[in-house]
Amino acid sequence: MLIDLKNISKNYHLGMETVHALKDINLGIDKSEYVAIMGPSGSGKSTLMNLLGCLDTPSDGTYLLNDSDVSDMNDDELATIRNKEIGFVFQNFNLLPRASALHNVELPLIYSGIKSSERREKAEQALIKVGLKDRMDHRPNELSGGQRQRVAVARALVGNPSIILADEPTGNLDTRTGDEIMDLFEDLHDGGNTIILVTHEEYIAEHSDRIIRLRDGSVERDEAVTANHE
Amino acid sequence: MWISLSEVVEGVKIGTSTMRTNKLRTILTTLGIFIGVLVVTVVISVIQGLNTYVGNEISSLGADTIYISRFPWMINSYEEYLRLSKRKRISKEDFEFVQKHATLAKVVVPNVSTQKRVKYRNESLDGTQITGSSPGYMITSDATPEFGRFFTDLEYSNRRSVCVIGSGVAESCFKRIDPLGKRLKISGHDFLVVGILEKQGETFGQSMDNNVVIPFTTFQKIFGSRRSLNILVKPLTPELLENMTDELYGLMRRSRGLQISQEDDFSLNLQSQLMDTYNSLTRVLWIVLIGIGSISLLVGGIGIMNIMLVSVTERTREIGIRKALGAKKRIVMLQFLVESMFISAIGVILGIIASIGIAQLAGHAAHLPVNISGWVISLGVGFTLCIGIFFGLYPASKAARLDPIVALRHE
Repeated sequence: MLIDLKNISKNYHLGMETVHALKDINLGIDKSEYVAIMGPSGSGKSTLMNLLGCLDTPSDGTYLLNDSDVSDMNDDELATIRNKEIGFVFQNFNLLPRASALHNVELPLIYSGIKSSERREKAEQALIKVGLKDRMDHRPNELSGGQRQRVAVARALVGNPSIILADEPTGNLDTRTGDEIMDLFEDLHDGGNTIILVTHEEYIAEHSDRIIRLRDGSVERDEAVTANHE
Repeated sequence: MWISLSEVVEGVKIGTSTMRTNKLRTILTTLGIFIGVLVVTVVISVIQGLNTYVGNEISSLGADTIYISRFPWMINSYEEYLRLSKRKRISKEDFEFVQKHATLAKVVVPNVSTQKRVKYRNESLDGTQITGSSPGYMITSDATPEFGRFFTDLEYSNRRSVCVIGSGVAESCFKRIDPLGKRLKISGHDFLVVGILEKQGETFGQSMDNNVVIPFTTFQKIFGSRRSLNILVKPLTPELLENMTDELYGLMRRSRGLQISQEDDFSLNLQSQLMDTYNSLTRVLWIVLIGIGSISLLVGGIGIMNIMLVSVTERTREIGIRKALGAKKRIVMLQFLVESMFISAIGVILGIIASIGIAQLAGHAAHLPVNISGWVISLGVGFTLCIGIFFGLYPASKAARLDPIVALRHE
């Protein structure tokens, strides 16, 4: 199993009050799965995504990622895990505004210490894969929203991570562009990548094979998608 | 693995690109460091120049020549002056006694001076230093005749009216005439010019070449014997200086008939004492000047810290992205340290270039041998990189400690 969450809970302290954002979550995700996490705001889906993305550690429970326990890692160890295992795609793209598309895609490879010629080649290949062969030297402000998100997808997959974690990837895009991005994820999934999609929109979630619905910090439903949208 | 090369390169790239996009801000921040470096290096260089200059001037008195005089060179108060002025003069007899009995001395030379008008035909020079001495003057004052000769022992003991003139006197009174063999009038008395001294230049801004040296014996014959003299003594070898000093104290006390209970009524002066006095007088001044320079550097450093904190806030989201993609704390830290060190480095380099120019100008204007030595530059560079690191450290660690989740949400 790629991801194995055992009795995970996450509490926040807001002044005197303790907020139980996640309560005793048990969850397993296999390699090459395409999973959507859904839930209304306040359901704990952002917290779960942060945990899955190793941006945060649980208050309680165990998180095994590729059989290694990441629940008690320190900041730098988590940074290494994120660099090697996770590819992020954010709602608001989160590209470096002053860097070219190519440099943005190279960024994770810089932090894994890959030398510059190899880095460049991998980044170029990733950009070709998302269809931005002609836009490599453009800065984010010279690209459309869809193109920016493609750059972000290229950045997410360039390091060949175990998981691509997408947080509302179509939230800032119009429907048509959003669909194009979803098609891209489809392709990546077909290519064997594990994709976790966090969304609150049903029709986006239905692109996946399995939907995990959260409510009030617990898993409400966890079921396979039966309908075929193709 | 500590920090890989590509991470360093990335850090430098980020630092410089931020500076490019905020040119004015960078320039203004750099200015603080620039001024700080300028002040520190110029001050240190001028101080060094002044020290070298004074050191040279003082050593021109002769490193191992003892001056036996009525007064010490440095008198600290008017009261002391009043007390010292009761001392009786150093006489010819004192000189002869010392000369006769000093066993460790190479030469013992009398030296007495006055200022007179000298004249050759229609050309005259007022306020010329007339020194009465002996042929040993050549050794104690390091003065050799460039043309002609010095007066001899025989001329000295026979009180002959001969003189050796400084190059300034030769130029002013004789113009294009060869002074050798001519008769120079010193306050009405004729003196045969037998030699012309080498050009000495200036000491403390005064020309040393407007002088005439005549035999001490002749000096006393013409100008009287009431003036207190200086006795210049040089040891056989420099190592004997200390022993000779003791010997001279004993001899002078005997010559002046002092009882054991009585204080010395003369002073033995040595150029090293002068240097000590100069150093103690100027030390406070240097500390103040360097303090001012350091404060301006400090202000520059605070400017860097300020701008780095702004930079961290502005780039919170960027830090979040980088951390999410796997940047470790030390990489984020490096990125900001590089930036702050870059800003200070630019200030240092420009500051050193400008201070070289200014020090040269100042040295030229004040006739000081000012130059910026390597250690001043390395001190400036080291000090300012330290400032860059020190004042960059807090903002950089603030950036490194940012929680990626919070940073990513930052607008």
